[in-house]
Amino acid sequence: METNVKQREDIIIELKLTANKVRKNIVKMITEAKSGHPGGSLSAVDVVTALYFNVMRHNPENPKWKDRDRFILSKGHAAPLLYSVLAESGYFEVKELLTLRKLGSRLQGHPDMKRLPGVEISTGSLGHGLSVGNGMAIAGKLNKKGYRVYVLLGDGECQEGQVWEAAMTASHYKLDNVTAILDYNGLQIDGPVKDVMNINPISNKWRAFGWYVIEINGHDFKEIFDSFERVKKLKGKPGIIIAHTTKGKGVSFMENVVDFHGKAPAKEQMVQALKELEENEE
Amino acid sequence: MRSKSKQISLQKIISTRDAFGEELVELGRKHKEVVVLDADLSKATKTCWFAKEFPDRFFDMGISEQDMLGTAAGLSLCDKIPIVSTFAIFATAKAFDQIRNTIAYPRLNVKIIATHGGITIGADGASHQPIEHITLMRVIPNMTIIVPADGIEAKTALKYAVEKVRGPVFIVVGRDPTPVIFSDDHQFDFRHGEVLKEGKDVAIIAAGIMVEKALRAGEKLGERGINACIVNMHTIKPIDKELIIKIARKVGGIVTAEEHTIIGGLGSAVAEVISENSPVSLKRIGLRDRFGQSGSAEELLREYHLTEEDIVKAAEEVMRGKGSSL
Repeated sequence: METNVKQREDIIIELKLTANKVRKNIVKMITEAKSGHPGGSLSAVDVVTALYFNVMRHNPENPKWKDRDRFILSKGHAAPLLYSVLAESGYFEVKELLTLRKLGSRLQGHPDMKRLPGVEISTGSLGHGLSVGNGMAIAGKLNKKGYRVYVLLGDGECQEGQVWEAAMTASHYKLDNVTAILDYNGLQIDGPVKDVMNINPISNKWRAFGWYVIEINGHDFKEIFDSFERVKKLKGKPGIIIAHTTKGKGVSFMENVVDFHGKAPAKEQMVQALKELEENEE
Repeated sequence: MRSKSKQISLQKIISTRDAFGEELVELGRKHKEVVVLDADLSKATKTCWFAKEFPDRFFDMGISEQDMLGTAAGLSLCDKIPIVSTFAIFATAKAFDQIRNTIAYPRLNVKIIATHGGITIGADGASHQPIEHITLMRVIPNMTIIVPADGIEAKTALKYAVEKVRGPVFIVVGRDPTPVIFSDDHQFDFRHGEVLKEGKDVAIIAAGIMVEKALRAGEKLGERGINACIVNMHTIKPIDKELIIKIARKVGGIVTAEEHTIIGGLGSAVAEVISENSPVSLKRIGLRDRFGQSGSAEELLREYHLTEEDIVKAAEEVMRGKGSSL
């Protein structure tokens, strides 16, 4: 037991370092591209880093491995986050991240599965991802495969009707191999989610749709691990992890600033951001 | 250019949706990766027959077209061949974004069978009568669009879509029984439009239920000494440009006929090809920027000028050099 706790602490230290690298990549690539979505990329870094570097079974050498766990970035505008974890995992070289949003790049403004290995489905138009994940999960059951499907949703995205159609489907077809993660950073383009179009009580909504709901601090790796362990044990119903996060997490001047939903930092801001993130590493 | 010389009897009648439902069961037996999704219309779309034989491979998604198309996308990414069916109006208008962004953009292997594909569904009225479904699908890159002319072609087209095409295919079938044009050995090739009757004076290019009317119009024109070429343009996209250009160079005028708005459908596709390559007088038979309404199929075809008489009249007009106007 002691060693388990110790091992886990070591893993968490390692993951924090990786998450920090992922954050630095995000800041650099969006600055280089001069456009993109830093806020909602940074808020979900910890959860997605945990998935790619600890929770999911996947193989960067063989992106089409049939038994792999699948990750769907339903909030496709957080593409820099997906690209960054894919590069750090070894799907392609980290230096390619700087081609983001440029003509001919495999790193499109929103993820394009036909261009980039590791992208499970092209996304960008909000509300689509959970349906696709359900389809993959149904196929997994039909094909007697043990893989799991993880779908990252935005909080504003929950205003899309299709999300709730898909929520019904997952519970109707008892898709216990589907896990949704809600990146609840509380802000969307036009302002705070609660002012633009309130989604609360969000946990009760998911529960009413037949889902097992876990609420966590989305920046606490211990809570992240525990929640993924719990959803894996579910039988006959899907689970959702509502991760309370901070938009722009890790960069002081971006944290909880609506404006950084879809705005690139200036060069000087990038220097400042990288400095802060590097201080984190010490 | 392929052509059929044999006489077409048009005696037997079958609805293209029934034919689709039957072929679906056949394909289910043959290919275990075929799965079917419907949105609470399985009795009308005839996917209920597949559901009865393969309950584990049939998914009723309830009344949620957007989720249904998205789920199909996911299934196609994990070694399944999803066939999605609902009314044409809902498949295209409600789930356009899902078809465009999640299916066509990554060119996923999802087959969409849009039933009740025109005003001839009749009494339900304009809300259920699609007039723009082909236009909506035509503007999406990577999409293939097939409008079978009869029950036999509905079967061969579906088989072709499942067995020969890897990527999204949109097939339109109708509700009412229509005359059978083809024999059981009908070969379907979506790359080539089919010349059903050769002719040098005027050409009638039709799709779906209008093919039979075009054939009848051709007979009437023949009685008046006009030798009409009749084409079954079953595949609206990719359209057989070569055939259209070849015909345009030969005849004195072209009439297109479709159970659809003339804006963006078959008529537009033909107009685009001939105006860029070989301009010739053209008249488009179709809905002229109007919604449908309740009525019987026959009444509606008359009301919206989609009869063989309308085709005959249009053919005579184009031969006199009169074009189309909205």
